[in-house]
Amino acid sequence: MTMQYQAREGCLQVCLEGELGHHEAIHLMSQLSALVEDHLPGQLILNLEGLDFMDSSGIAVVVQTARKCAGYGGRLSVVHTPQQAKKVFDAAGLDRLVDIC
Amino acid sequence: MRLLKKDQINQVTLRFSSRSANEGFARAAAAAFIAQLDPTMEQVYDIKTAVSEAVTNAIVHGYRDTLGPITMTVRLYAPASVEIIVRDEGCGMENVAKAREPMFTTGGSDRSGMGFTIMESFMDGLRVRSSPGRGTTVTMQKVLQARAQV
Ligand SMILES: Nc1ncnc2c1ncn2[C@@H]1O[C@H](COP(=O)(O)OP(=O)(O)O)[C@@H](O)[C@H]1O
Ligand SMILES: [Mg+2]
Repeated sequence: MTMQYQAREGCLQVCLEGELGHHEAIHLMSQLSALVEDHLPGQLILNLEGLDFMDSSGIAVVVQTARKCAGYGGRLSVVHTPQQAKKVFDAAGLDRLVDIC
Repeated sequence: MRLLKKDQINQVTLRFSSRSANEGFARAAAAAFIAQLDPTMEQVYDIKTAVSEAVTNAIVHGYRDTLGPITMTVRLYAPASVEIIVRDEGCGMENVAKAREPMFTTGGSDRSGMGFTIMESFMDGLRVRSSPGRGTTVTMQKVLQARAQV
């Protein structure tokens, strides 16, 4: 899994690529957490377009990151979610907590 | 769900150690093996997701502070069903019914408690047998094609 980010005017865009399971989630969570602390974004956009696979570990990553953002008065949106990841989010009813499209 | 021994057409068993790097290996191996049944893309993803949940649980919960062996058996049945058995010899569970409830987790904030819920909804059958101190066996089944109407 690789992560790329771009920060501009209070908005942080993060693009994920590859597979996101428990093995990758541990590292990703601390990276995202550090990014939020560094940039204190008003909006964090998590772009999942390049994600080939995600399991329930991705739910925890999104929930944690959304909480972290909210703690600093920011907001998380998840965009370009592939079908497979969408199905995992849906199983958890995550769209009730976070903006996912 | 019951699959009959006489309909079994192929089988593979893998034994690997409970390192998180093997989660990706287990999903890829299961997907490669079931390709023989010509599943749809969505069915392959469903199975990869369920395998990922079961194997991750063995690694994260079964062998929480240790390393141990995990075996994964994939069985193919005619005309097009699959059974996957993931077994660990880790700590086991006191209360399986409780563990299967959505959002239940004994893990930290990096866990969602949705693993069993996903296995259940992405597959057609889920059986969990566990005994504390001895380990856990998760058996999952999925029908890949509706039986031809005769
Ligand atoms: N192989 C296993 N060995 C021991 N305990 C397990 C095992 N699999 C699941 N569990 C228990 O069941 C709970 C729920 O599992 P799951 O639904 O996958 O959620 P999560 O993994 O996010 O905690 C776990 O938190 C753990 O307590
Ligand atoms: Mg789990």
